[in-house]
Amino acid sequence: MNQTSGTTVAISLITSGFILPRKGVLSSCQIQITEVGEGRKRYRKMHGISRKTPSQDEQEASDLKAAELRDLQSQFLHLHHNKIYTKEALETSAKLLVVNPEHYTGWNYRKLAVQHFLDHQSETEVDSESIQLVLNEELRVVENALKKNFKSYGAWYHRKWVLSKGHSSMDKELRLLGKFQKLDSRNFHAWNYRRFITMLKKISDEEELQYTTDMIFDNFSNYSAWHNRSVLLSHLFEKRGKGHSHKESILEEEFEFVRNALFTDPDDQSGWFYHLWLLDQMVKLEPLLLSSWPPHGCCLYLSVDDYIGCGNLFPRIHFQSKDRMFPIVLYFSEAVEGVNSSTVTIEYEYYSNDDVIWRPLSANRFGCAQAWLTYLNFPDEVHFLKDSPVKVVVAQFPGIVSTNGVSFSQTSYIEFSLCVPSHDREHTEGQTIPRILWKNEKFHPHITESHDASLLNPLHQLKITEEGKSKSSDWSMKTIANEIAHCRDLLSSTNCKIGKLTLARLLMAQSKLISYCIPNDGVKVHYEEILGLYHDLMELDPVHICYYEDEHSLVLLKQVTLSMESILRYCHQYGDSISPSMDSHFCLRLNDLSLSRIGNVERLLWIQMLDLSHNKIRSIEGLEALQLLSCLNLSNNKICSFAALDPLRMLKSLKVLDISYNEIGAHSVDTRRYLCSFPMTHAVKNDWNFEEFANVGVDLTNHWDAFFIFRGLNLIQLDILGNAVVSDQLKQLLFKLMPSLNWFDGENRN
Amino acid sequence: MGELKTEKHVEYILSVEKRKDDFVSVVMEHLRLNGAYWGLTTLDILGKLEAVDQDEVVSWVMQCQHKSGGFGGNIGHDPHLLYTLSAIQVLALFDKIEVLDIEKVSNYIAGLQNEDGSFSGDMWGEVDTRFSYIAICSLALLHQLDKINVEKAVKYILSCQNLDGGFGCTPGAESHAGQIFCCVGALAITGSLHHVDEDLLGWWLCERQVKSGGLNGRPEKLPDVCYSWWVLSSLIMIDRVHWIDKEKLVKFILDCQDKENGGISDRPDDAVDVFHTYFGVAGLSLLEYPGLKAIDPAYALPVDVINRIFLGN
Repeated sequence: MNQTSGTTVAISLITSGFILPRKGVLSSCQIQITEVGEGRKRYRKMHGISRKTPSQDEQEASDLKAAELRDLQSQFLHLHHNKIYTKEALETSAKLLVVNPEHYTGWNYRKLAVQHFLDHQSETEVDSESIQLVLNEELRVVENALKKNFKSYGAWYHRKWVLSKGHSSMDKELRLLGKFQKLDSRNFHAWNYRRFITMLKKISDEEELQYTTDMIFDNFSNYSAWHNRSVLLSHLFEKRGKGHSHKESILEEEFEFVRNALFTDPDDQSGWFYHLWLLDQMVKLEPLLLSSWPPHGCCLYLSVDDYIGCGNLFPRIHFQSKDRMFPIVLYFSEAVEGVNSSTVTIEYEYYSNDDVIWRPLSANRFGCAQAWLTYLNFPDEVHFLKDSPVKVVVAQFPGIVSTNGVSFSQTSYIEFSLCVPSHDREHTEGQTIPRILWKNEKFHPHITESHDASLLNPLHQLKITEEGKSKSSDWSMKTIANEIAHCRDLLSSTNCKIGKLTLARLLMAQSKLISYCIPNDGVKVHYEEILGLYHDLMELDPVHICYYEDEHSLVLLKQVTLSMESILRYCHQYGDSISPSMDSHFCLRLNDLSLSRIGNVERLLWIQMLDLSHNKIRSIEGLEALQLLSCLNLSNNKICSFAALDPLRMLKSLKVLDISYNEIGAHSVDTRRYLCSFPMTHAVKNDWNFEEFANVGVDLTNHWDAFFIFRGLNLIQLDILGNAVVSDQLKQLLFKLMPSLNWFDGENRN
Repeated sequence: MGELKTEKHVEYILSVEKRKDDFVSVVMEHLRLNGAYWGLTTLDILGKLEAVDQDEVVSWVMQCQHKSGGFGGNIGHDPHLLYTLSAIQVLALFDKIEVLDIEKVSNYIAGLQNEDGSFSGDMWGEVDTRFSYIAICSLALLHQLDKINVEKAVKYILSCQNLDGGFGCTPGAESHAGQIFCCVGALAITGSLHHVDEDLLGWWLCERQVKSGGLNGRPEKLPDVCYSWWVLSSLIMIDRVHWIDKEKLVKFILDCQDKENGGISDRPDDAVDVFHTYFGVAGLSLLEYPGLKAIDPAYALPVDVINRIFLGN
């Protein structure tokens, strides 16, 4: 505990009614900080028993007890198996259950006995008094058992079962609960039972909310009470519909309530998650369309052979397509579902919208993604196109919904035009494919700024109407600004982890809200400050350093891609002459930045060559949105398994991959195994033909994960050395899976 | 802190198996099948499964089965899902699933699914997401998931998801690391982890690590070796295990060993038991402690057993 431990702190709340008045210090509203933990009370047999060897006396006593219990148990089983439900028999089971409340067959037996009694009743005349007597006896046995073991699942369920027969007094149950919950305010069985009783007794959410307030006043270090509060408030928000002002006032009160707990003892976790939940309520806004490929307003220059030509690449955007098709990617502010040909319409001369199939771009979120993909093609007979317009209208009809249930309602659109040059030359077959060398001397800083802004600034101007700036986001901005001020205040007097983390999150939430305010009210996001906070946290709380590194990476990527200028700083020109077969001379180099994960790639959808080497990357989730990517360097990172490369399976343009010097094969635990569709999960049907590979001497059972990742890729260059997994067997498999592989670990295979 | 006392732990587990007369053994008699799973899996991870008489164990396990197809915790005790999974797991360890009447066992399990997708633990109707996990895990091991309505089962589990990203035993119940393991495990097995907010849940889980390096099961609770399993396996399934300090946790588990008599306890210097010995050793396996067999975080069985079942080698 920190220095405030043991003090009494006044909290500015009063206890009457559902709405918590803002100020008003009452003497009864004082919170006594006491250290709570399981250590105070120990109920469970298997926990918290000292290791010391028992004395001879103790041993003898224990042996005697064991012998008695053994007798009791075998007596009981005899009664159970012979269906004997006499008074004496029931007493035997009651005796057993008080010594050993976890004896589930004992509880089953008592249920059978009750049922036996009830069945017998219905034959003659129903005697509710004797029924009540029988049921009360059950409640008494349960109570005694619970006194012995407060955490016995069997005892609690037996009580529920008895209650469900009717005839019992709910008030008595509430009194009993009150007693138990005083003894152990965190017992989740008791809380669950409480929810069961309040449901039976139809106690209002408001009344129960007051109970949690009382419990928190009694001791704010009660996570169970905070939890129940979040459950009750969610119900109330749902029930009362979309009355904004009502929800707003509650949220404001709650922020103040939990802030007091956080500030009183910043080391106590009880309020941390509640605060985060409140913050999440603030930024639960409508999903937005953030960006797209092709970008709005651009002119896309398609070449149907592999040849790009030596002419100036710019100001037009080129895309090669042997298949006469090109991808369209929509990138939303959060994962959404419901993108299809009725929610998104495409107006294009050579295409019927009905034929469009949208696919979610996500390695592990089926039917739901931040980025969505479709392909448009143009007919074989068309050899020349000049400024053929394409219009994509997003959410013309409702149906696009974010994962947290908010609908996309504002129609947005992107427009671009399509050109196919008439002088496409015949592709020269059999040319040698040069190897991509990820060496510093091959890259030149990109200094020309003459490029078409539509390429480097794919943050197209979506037509977002003024209604986009809703009243609620104004209020959210104000509330978050207020919380930020409070947080800074706390941090000025104490250097605490939760304060810094909360401030970092508030600032990020603010940045999210800013994207909803058009025009921007001049509030600037201070990414430097957020990055600084995460740096501090790495030192302050080294146990969770990787958590802060991951968060830091996401903020850094946001900062790097903030504007055209900042992206340009990381852009390089590859090679000295233009390579004839690759349109990837323009390379984004995010190497050596201590990145540990990927995210916020909405402004990078146009990237074809990406260098992420010499980072700390464990997961490449997010890269799947970069549909144009053809060259990727992931060397010298911390990728631990082939499963971690799952997002690559969605990159159909990928030709060059460097995963050398990672940790593939060095770990016995694969942390990505269940996040992709592996055969251990029900989601995938195992249709692999293992025999096919046995013929070429490859035992797939050792490399089934490599098979899973690489079978859909069509690489021409792969670097994989420096991973523990590499073996001749694996190489054989890779060659078989990717016959097009021309360069392998620097060697030309032809 | 020293190192893992493998030999001592093997001796301890074998001795518990033989000791049936002390009070703790008698109190635990009703869940002996769980105990068998804990003890035998520990032996397997330690590379010493051959130390037990396989035929004797298999024959005893089969005597715990009822006409209904379900298994009781011991001979003569009522059938329940809790022990049915243990029975299947023990048989899987020995590669003896074929002794089961798969149709009968899987019908028993599938018959306990309720209209809302949830599962009862037995005929008496207690509902808990623990039972959802057990049903899904058991049926997957038997290749019989098609017997239940997986979509509804997943939907029910999601209805128990809380605002802190975790899961409780029924809708509205507080998040608890053990329950999170059950729900995340069930979602992993059914290929539905996309419903989990990995960052939110991951933060809650990684904050379970306390100063001593140990993990607790809920905020502001004491650490306990068993959470090494519940929390770690969940963090692994959602790829956030790097968010905790593994070295400190290894040290905490090793500090809970009884170095003289073998076995692992909940906290340093407490009395050891099979339950904590299993969770300690399994936790160390998840932490890639040298010399231990790898264990699968979703099925709680050694990876070679799982590969045998699902990849057929």
